[in-house]
Order: sequence, then C-alpha cells, then structure tokens
Amino acid sequence: MTISPEQLDNIALEYKKKVKIYDKVVKICCGTGCISSGSLKLYDRFKDIINFEGLSAKVLVKITGCHGLCERGPIVVFGDDEILYQSVGKRNVDEDVKLLIETIKSNKIADKLLYKGDDKTKRYVSPLDIPFYAGQNRIVLSLNGTIDPEDIDEYIQRGGYRALYKALKMNTDEIIDWVQKSGLRGRGGGGFPTGAKWRSCKDAEGQPKYILANGDEGDPGAFMDRSLMEGNPHAVLEGMIIGGYAIGSNQGYIYVRDEYPLAVNRLLKAIEKAREYGFLGRNIFNSGFEFDITIFRGGGAFVCGESTALMSSIEGKAGEPRAKYVHTVEKGLWEKPSNLNNVETWACVPHIINNGWEWFASIGTQGSKGTKVFSLVGKVKNTGLIEVPMGKSLKEIIFDLGGGIQGDKKFKAVQTGGPSGGCIPAEYLEMPVDFDSLTKLGSMMGSGGMIVMDERNCMVDVARYFLTFLVEESCGKCTPCREGVRRMHEIVERICNGNGNKGDIEHLEELARAINLGSLCALGQSAPNPVLSTIKYFEDEYRAHIEDKKCPAGVCKALIKFSIIPEKCTGCTLCTHECPVKCITGEKKEAHTIDQAQCIRCGTCYDNCRFDAIKIE
Amino acid sequence: MEVDVKKLNTILNKYGGDKPYILAMFQDIQKEYRYLPKDALKYICDKLNIPFSKGYEVATFYKAISLNPRGKHTIHVCLGTACHLRGGPNILDAFERKLYVKKGNTTEDGNFTLESVNCLGACALAPLVRVDEKDFGKATPVTVNKIISEFKDGE
Repeated sequence: MTISPEQLDNIALEYKKKVKIYDKVVKICCGTGCISSGSLKLYDRFKDIINFEGLSAKVLVKITGCHGLCERGPIVVFGDDEILYQSVGKRNVDEDVKLLIETIKSNKIADKLLYKGDDKTKRYVSPLDIPFYAGQNRIVLSLNGTIDPEDIDEYIQRGGYRALYKALKMNTDEIIDWVQKSGLRGRGGGGFPTGAKWRSCKDAEGQPKYILANGDEGDPGAFMDRSLMEGNPHAVLEGMIIGGYAIGSNQGYIYVRDEYPLAVNRLLKAIEKAREYGFLGRNIFNSGFEFDITIFRGGGAFVCGESTALMSSIEGKAGEPRAKYVHTVEKGLWEKPSNLNNVETWACVPHIINNGWEWFASIGTQGSKGTKVFSLVGKVKNTGLIEVPMGKSLKEIIFDLGGGIQGDKKFKAVQTGGPSGGCIPAEYLEMPVDFDSLTKLGSMMGSGGMIVMDERNCMVDVARYFLTFLVEESCGKCTPCREGVRRMHEIVERICNGNGNKGDIEHLEELARAINLGSLCALGQSAPNPVLSTIKYFEDEYRAHIEDKKCPAGVCKALIKFSIIPEKCTGCTLCTHECPVKCITGEKKEAHTIDQAQCIRCGTCYDNCRFDAIKIE
Repeated sequence: MEVDVKKLNTILNKYGGDKPYILAMFQDIQKEYRYLPKDALKYICDKLNIPFSKGYEVATFYKAISLNPRGKHTIHVCLGTACHLRGGPNILDAFERKLYVKKGNTTEDGNFTLESVNCLGACALAPLVRVDEKDFGKATPVTVNKIISEFKDGE
C-alpha cells in the first residue's frame, strides 16, 4: 500500500476524534523499570475496576514507554502531564487504584501519591514542576512516556512520519547536508560526525548498501537505547528510512542485544505496522523509494556493540572485530558499504528534518550540538532517564535533576562512558558535559551512562569491577587485550586483597600503554581507561590499599572489619534482621555484637544503621 | 538428549534455512530445550552446510547459548555498574549460599541455574535480579528468599 500525506492527516484526525470522546486519559508507564515495580499488575487491576465502575467509555487507559523517573515507579500520568502519581501500587495495589478512581470521579488529587520534595513538605502535581523533569530538554524523549509505543496512529497524530514525507521530497544531498550542518554526532560513544559518515557511505562504490542501527547497548549502567526502542520505536524506524533514502540503501538492520526482549518485541510490532501503512516496503509515499528493516538479536556479547563485530555477528559468525584499514562505510556488512549509527542518533534525524538543521545546531555547545540522553544511576536520589542539552554541567545534572546523593552522603565521583570511560572526581563538577570536555578529563561521553558514586564506593574496587567485566567480555582476538587485561585484573585483585606491592601502580600504567597500543578495536584500546582515570584522580586510595593495607571506603572485604560501637547502639535490632548471615546478636534495647568469624563483610548493617553505631576498621 | 527433528526443521524453515540466522536458530532451539543439545547443533550445521567447528564457534562465543542442560528457572543476578555499586555482589553471594551452587551452575534438583549478567538495563532499580522473564528491582537478601520460594519446584 502506498500512503499519501492526506492519509496521514486523516489518520491523525481520526485518532484525535477517537481520544476526544474520553473525559480523561490515564497513562501507565510500562517501561522495563516500572514493569519490574509492578506496573503491569497495576494496569490489569485498574482496567478491571474501570470496567466494573462502568467508566470504560469515559476513561482511556494507556500503556506508555519509559517516563524517566524509574526510581519512583510505577508512574501514572493523567492527561498531558497534568498530574503525575509515583510509586502507584507499590505497597498496596487495591488501595492506590481506589485513589486513582477517586481522582477520575471527583478530580480529587491523591496527596499520598504525589512526588514530594526533599523537605517532604512540598508536593508536586504536574511533572513539569518537578526539578527532575523541569531541568530537562526532551527532544528525542519527547514522546517517550507520552505515547503508546504499540499504537502507530498515535505516533502519526503526534507528527510522526511527517519528516519522512518531507525528506522524500528533498534531494538526497540536501538531506545529508542538513544532517552535516546540524552538527549531529554519533550518540553511541565515538561522537563521529553523522553527516560525514553518511556522505562517505553514499559516495562509496558498491551495491547494495546497508543501513544499520546499533541497539546493542552493552555499557553497564546505561539504558537509554532500551528505553527509546521500547518507548518510541517508530522514531528509530523513521530515522533509518530517511537515512536509507539519503544514502541509497534499501535494507536496514537493527541489532538489539539479547537482554532486551521487550525492545525486540516492540520493534517487531512497529515494523509490522510500518509495513502495513506503507512506510516500509515498495514505493514509500509514492516516491519510488523502497526500504525494509530486519531485527537481529544479539547473543549476550559486549564486544558486538563494536561496529565491525556487530557486522560479523549479523553475518552469522562469532562477533569478533575486524581491522578497519578500510572503513565500514566502504566495506562493512558482507563487504558492502554500510552505515551504522546508534539508535539514539537515528531518533534525532526526524527532528532535524522536521525543524531544520539551524534549530538543532542552536542547541548545545560549540563542538557538540543538540541534546543527549543520559541514564542517571548509582548513588543519586532520582535515578532514571534524562535528556539535557549538551553543555549542562555535571553538578546541574547530579544535584539539580538528580536531587543529590542518596542519604546525603558525600559525592565522590561520577563514572561515564562505561568500560571505555573513566571516573570524574568532585573538583570537575562544574565542567559542562559534552563530547570534548569528557575526553579531556580522561573519560568519554560513551553512550550516556552516568553512574554516581559516593564515599562508600571504593575506587580501587570500581577499577577491579571494570577489569572483571573486561576479562569476561574481551573477545580474545588480540593478545594485548585478552592477556593484558587479565594481568591488570590480577594486580588490582591483589591490591584489593591487601597484597599490593610497591611498583604495582607503575606496572599497571605500563600494561595500560601496551594494551592501548596493541589492540585492534576501540574496546581493547580503551580498556585500561577505568584504571588509568582512577589512578589519576584517586591515587591516594590505591596507596592506602598498598601501603597501609586499608580500604578507606570500607568495601574491600579482606581489609575491613565491621564492629558495633556499644555507646551508640540503641539495640533497635534492625541490623539483626537485615544481616544476611544472622551473625549479629543482642537483646532488644541493648548493645549488639557482631560475630567476626561468621561475618561476610557485606556492609548491610553499616548501610542500614540509623545511629552510626557500626564502624569500619 | 533426544532431539525432535520436526521441531528443528520448523526452526530452520522459520529463517528460510539462511546461514546468517544461525544464532537466532540456536536461540530458538534453546528456548525449546533450555540449552543447545549437541545433536541439535550437529543437525543445524549439516543442514546449513557448514563445518561443525563453525557452528561450535558461534555457539560458544555467545553467552546466551548454553551447551549444558539448564535448570527449570534461570536466575540472572545483574552485576552492571549500578548494581555492583548498590550491592549486587551481596545478592549473588546470598543466592550462592541459599542454593548451594556457585554462579554458572545448576542446583542439584535441576530447578535453578544461577548466572550473573553484565547489565540488564534497569539500572535505576539496582540491584536487579531477573528470573526467567520476570524482573525484581531493588533486591535485598529478603528478595532472595522470596524469589527462591516463589519459583520452587512445582510452581
């Protein structure tokens, strides 16, 4: 079927009419985060009660993708950001559903479900007033948490596939020109100028050409791409179709990691609908242009996020990277010109076409244009998904949007860029976040994971964590990466166990240089970064482990001992309940003691004690 | 393990017998048997006309594919960065203690396979545990007990 722009208008109009008959629209977030907090159960129960009360003709209950504030899920939104309820049904589904019904029937706002400010007195009704949302500039995420990801009509009503129509009327060179002038850079980590990549691929010789979307979001601590694929899959498709037209390709692939079953599901449904409506297939918008998209599921290998490894994987081989003497835009998938972009990059494209490159280029900093989605996680109060203009400072992101550190502990560092990135200490909090500034600090933008650490996180342990990760995930092709990272891991492990030697730090630095020089792909080259950046900014912590055999943060189990300060212990028995090995004993209202022989040094008692009665030695 | 050739053929046909989809075929077979039986691996390689070693290479490269029988339920304890910082390793410890297995292994009764995973992408709810297709956010040692009793044999 070939669709016309008039039909687009009709679909939008029909959808508007369909929704207009309802008095109220209630949206329940069903992103992965909210689902694990129980939103599907809430949805079912709520629908039942709506039917039971005979309200189904008046109230439209919708499922949406990730709304962002995962920490407070399940999130329920009334209308277009009129009321936001948080943690709905987390404790008691029936009770909270009753409150929702009351809001519907009598417009009574349920105080209990509102987002509360830090001082517990201020209540926020509209999400737009909550600092977490107010400080954002949502472009890529604008429809995430607003539309039903499985309803193509709603995407169209919100302006979807208009950019595709517009692009198909443009000259292909003009499209690439726009993308180039917009200053869009790859959102997956490298930050390579997208327009330049498209141009090289278009100019490359050979047919057919392939369009690829990288949804193999392997960086631990990052879930921007997952939320996008789950929450607004059509935006990714639309961007890819435009890219296909501009470059001269008729086939696209989306590579999604195995750990994201819901994303695969929603993309498949979206593709099916797009085919049915004629956005995919032959003669799209009567332009003569033909394009189709296939989903490819990964197999749980981190290295497949690397461009050449991803292509090997699609070819049905083990996902090992290849040398890039010849770029993938010239010889990529099946040795044909291939243009790979991250899913977030693709989702930016329709916005650039709709609003013009000047608009996109007016947002952000000198070298980094537009906005960037970050997953703000770790020891921050408001964990979740945020989108901010490039150039916002770390401090604004972590303290204004994120609400500061959990339990008002002291901020120690923020880790960006996944296993290829580094840790940035407190003295650089004022630094504006963009591609170039993070690289300057020895970290990198990466795909957008931002993991906040507090005083209770040991930086040597963090380095060990990433090395463990990389030992597991190194594909093994290049010896410096496969063996070198293993050796680095051994050394850091030794340091954490209290057996560090003088000269270990220098040895680590030497290995790091060798790995960087001798590895084929970017993953190997950047593997030492987590160690180098922690040594650079937290050398004293390494020295404390090596020279004094102490772990200042109280994490490295071989170096610490937990004990109870009798004068401070009130005998509240909280720790005895929380202790996983039940090694804390004592009478109620009397000082407790820890059985050192049984203690596994997990720190649960320390983290839960409300009276600072546990000390770490 | 006896493999059902009919089932394998259905999976092969679903992907048009196309070589690049070998990983997807393995994943589908694994869904059926909870692991990739050697005979199934051999059968697919023969049908796709590729050496057994090539199929074996793919099957062992990807962590999602297991050549050993798995338990009825797979517990994935997430050890992504956010989960690591918020106590993921303690959760894994707790499972190992309660189930008497080390990660990567299956309980004696064949009910649980315990695995760690390097990020499930629900970092805001760290630490996260996924059992089969169900996620448990903000896990504590109490959650561990709850999960074990919820997925006990027969349920």
